[in-house]
Amino acid sequence: MSVALPTSVGEVVDLLAHNPEATLLAGGTDLMVEVNLHGRRPGDVVALHRVSELRTWSLDTSRRTVTIGSGVPYAEMETGELARLVPALAEAARTVGSPQIRAAGTLGGNLGTCSPAGDGLPILSALDALIDVVGPNGQRQVRFADFMVGVKKNSLQPSEFVRSVTLPLVEGWQGYAKVGTRNAMVIATASVCLVRSIDHVAVALGAVGPTIIRATEAERWLVANHVMSSPPNVETLSEFGRMVREASRPIDDHRSTAAYRRHAVGVLAQRLLTRSYS
Amino acid sequence: MNVSVVSPPRSGTLGTNASRPDGVAKVQGGFAFSSDTWAENMLWGATLRSPHPFARIVSIDVTAAWKIDGVEVIVIADDVPGLNAYGLIVQDQPVFAKVGDLVRYSGEPIAAVAADHPETCKRALEAIKVEYEVFDPVVDPEECIAGRAPEIHPHGNVFRHQRIVTGDQSVEGDVVVEGDYEIGMQDQAFLGLEAALAIPDSGGDGVELYIATQWLHEDRKQIAACLGLPEEKVRLVLGGVGGAFGAREDISLQVHTCLLALRTGRPVRIAYGREESFFGHVHRHPARIWMRHHATRDGRIVKIESRMVFDGGAYCSTSPAVLINGITHTQGPYKCDNALVDGYAVRTNNPPCGAMRGFGVVQACYAHESQMDKLAAACGIDPVEIRLLNAMETGDRLITGQVVDSVAPVEECIRATAAIPLPPDLESDPDFRDIPGGSGRTADRSHIRRGIGWGVSIKNMMYSEGFDDYSTARCRISNGVVTVKFATAEVGQGFVMLAQQIARTVLGVDEVLLDTIDTQVGSAGSTSASRQTWMSGGAVNAACVAVRDKVMAHVAQYHDLEVANLAIDGTDVVDTRGNFRVAVSDVIAHLEIDETVEYHHPPTEDLDENGQGNCHVAFAFVAHRAVVDVDPELGLVKVVQVATAQDVGRVLNPLSCVGQVEGGIAQGLGLAVMEEIVVTNGKVRNPSFTDYLLPTFLDAPAVEAVFIEEFEPKSPLGAKGVGEPPCISVTPAIANAIRNATGRELPRVPIRPYDVCL
Repeated sequence: MSVALPTSVGEVVDLLAHNPEATLLAGGTDLMVEVNLHGRRPGDVVALHRVSELRTWSLDTSRRTVTIGSGVPYAEMETGELARLVPALAEAARTVGSPQIRAAGTLGGNLGTCSPAGDGLPILSALDALIDVVGPNGQRQVRFADFMVGVKKNSLQPSEFVRSVTLPLVEGWQGYAKVGTRNAMVIATASVCLVRSIDHVAVALGAVGPTIIRATEAERWLVANHVMSSPPNVETLSEFGRMVREASRPIDDHRSTAAYRRHAVGVLAQRLLTRSYS
Repeated sequence: MNVSVVSPPRSGTLGTNASRPDGVAKVQGGFAFSSDTWAENMLWGATLRSPHPFARIVSIDVTAAWKIDGVEVIVIADDVPGLNAYGLIVQDQPVFAKVGDLVRYSGEPIAAVAADHPETCKRALEAIKVEYEVFDPVVDPEECIAGRAPEIHPHGNVFRHQRIVTGDQSVEGDVVVEGDYEIGMQDQAFLGLEAALAIPDSGGDGVELYIATQWLHEDRKQIAACLGLPEEKVRLVLGGVGGAFGAREDISLQVHTCLLALRTGRPVRIAYGREESFFGHVHRHPARIWMRHHATRDGRIVKIESRMVFDGGAYCSTSPAVLINGITHTQGPYKCDNALVDGYAVRTNNPPCGAMRGFGVVQACYAHESQMDKLAAACGIDPVEIRLLNAMETGDRLITGQVVDSVAPVEECIRATAAIPLPPDLESDPDFRDIPGGSGRTADRSHIRRGIGWGVSIKNMMYSEGFDDYSTARCRISNGVVTVKFATAEVGQGFVMLAQQIARTVLGVDEVLLDTIDTQVGSAGSTSASRQTWMSGGAVNAACVAVRDKVMAHVAQYHDLEVANLAIDGTDVVDTRGNFRVAVSDVIAHLEIDETVEYHHPPTEDLDENGQGNCHVAFAFVAHRAVVDVDPELGLVKVVQVATAQDVGRVLNPLSCVGQVEGGIAQGLGLAVMEEIVVTNGKVRNPSFTDYLLPTFLDAPAVEAVFIEEFEPKSPLGAKGVGEPPCISVTPAIANAIRNATGRELPRVPIRPYDVCL
């Protein structure tokens, strides 16, 4: 096993160009579980911690976007300026693991692993994030919906990696809610991110399908049938919840049941919608 | 006129918050746990386990593994020099499953290797080829009871069947309530994983084992038998133990480690990771309990009927004793004259189950306390009132015919708990961390309903059914230094501190050295069954008293005083009838005294075929009141407060008592709402702390504890064990609170979110 310690994005590109099989290591909160628990033996490792560019974020006031380096730890998203700019991401970051995990784990890790239960991913989905990908052929931007293509599957090409994530700054409300069987430090059994502006709503569902699922029919129905400036009534909420449930494609596993997950995303979406008016 | 002045107890003596000798090191990270042990020239060991819950081993091929550089030895069943079996009650569990024989649970050891590096071990295990003939696992205990399952083991598929029949079976209640209850498989989940270091004697005919265990001498007995060595050739030293809760009563890696060391002639260490730990030790028995209570219209229990089935998994471990604890505690801390109880502990291809804090009583208590709330509702009586109405007292007869001659302050426990103020109502805009869902921000104030629930329990202490689980202690004075020695496993409970408190109090000294905890002194029995304060505390006390008697005799002779008039006052020896006073330190400076004493509890009896007999030594009682906030629509729970009053006899160290209570409540909360080993068709699906959920700080409630101090005359120090009671009735208290908040029946624990809301 070799470990490379690049200090720039260019070096990372070169390393991966020469060795497409190399394993990227950022916070290690997924990889080290693979190594220690599942006996994975990574051949060559490219450790990203010294690539300072990946650990920074920036605000583009003219385009009204924020770009977050793939190596920025969740702890940095929880509070401060970034939390003010993207509050749903702050709420999601707070639910990730323990303080130690949040100090190490990154959005790049969530995107690299692409688990449907990844806490950052519903935010990226609901905000229609662009994933900034770099590779030997230069860089490209991929819509989140095109990036995550299956359970633990993304559309990265060999030798490509995620440099950063670009999110729009949204006028209006955004929030995240997540159900687990413990009040903290738990993997999502179901989660929802809801983003609402004056004429738009986005609902992204986590841990209820092979990818993050956008409840597009529920979104369209709400915008078409509800006066977006006023809080929803009971009937609206009920139909909205039903449509969100319909959008989910959950499974039974050792963490929960499909029936509960389907129920939970409906409840969470209704509550987030209500909360968005409070 | 008599004026008596009671001076406060001297610092570090009984009744004070004496500090723990291991406390600072543990907090600062300097304490050496068993997994920190190390020896020059040491090898690492690792264990190959069966992936199948039920299969026949057709062949084992170790040729490829032997060829790996750094592999020093590979051992299989044929290499076990003594008995290829161990077990606490019957020896039915093989050290390694043998070619031609069966593996009976997923995780059963098949081979062990020793190599120069843990990674070499891993590669060697992967290179061992085992061919299996795989069978459908037997996972339904009822199939075993009915005799329909294939025989898993030559000893049969039923570990024990025991009935309790007492009183008038024709009695019927005006009010009858019944329920089917289920308790999931809980793990002890100690933080200090299994680890051992074995160092072979230079001649290769003996071994020294540094081991995190609960009972050094029992381990030694079983290890020596498997190694084919006389017991004196197997010396055990207690390694630093990071929690036990019953999971270290059984043999896990002990024999494997010693065998590898003896075969290689080099020190060998085995240390389990978290995943292997789930397969390496026994768990709490999952159980199904049917219970029916008959009562008068005004709520007095007149008869209890019950059927209990404990799934013991593949090997016996302590299943027969767990069963007896379960069925003999059917009535809970309540009066009951008539009962019919039928109990089974059975063998399946599920993970082996054995001791865990509460030992069978947890399961029974969950059922009887669920029943008490049902009975209260059926009679239209408050849940507290119905418990007070039926509360047991000293002198009452249990359904086994045994008279409760312990202090039995059940009513006091309930009343003292009820007197603890309820927590304030949830504020209008609560912090997300204070409500169900916690950091997931799932709920707002309007989604939450509050519930209150009660649980009260009785728990036996010490071993039962005729077992003489004595303890031994040695106290020496040499060159003015007091040294206490015992084999009592310090697993985190603080016995090392208590032993010093006892010696300081009895002997009037401040400095007490503790000798190494090992097998170079007689057995202390197990650190379990809430027994070490009583038993080993009794032994240390007796050894110190024996030494003190000699000190007094010396003082009496030397100063020409009546020995009967001498007493310890602080750190002096005084003549209670005169003015003589001398510092203990001066007296003992030139004395050499060495006393070893065994402490035995009064004998107990076996149960007869009707479950009658004085099978238990003594009992302790506790009441719990849980306040929970529930989000009924999502089924999420936040336990807000647990109030408790516990019968402890006498508080010997207030801080340690509170520690036991808070820890036990967290563990009982775990069983109530989240902790479960999920087993499907014999396979564990969540062997990690990612998916086996323990309560975090956000899940742990505020604990308000009161201690009921009524000196227990049967106990050598007047104190009862405090370890198990905190985790027993808190589970049904929380379940009853969730029922109170939601109106749901909730017949099983852990209560899963979908049990509440779907």
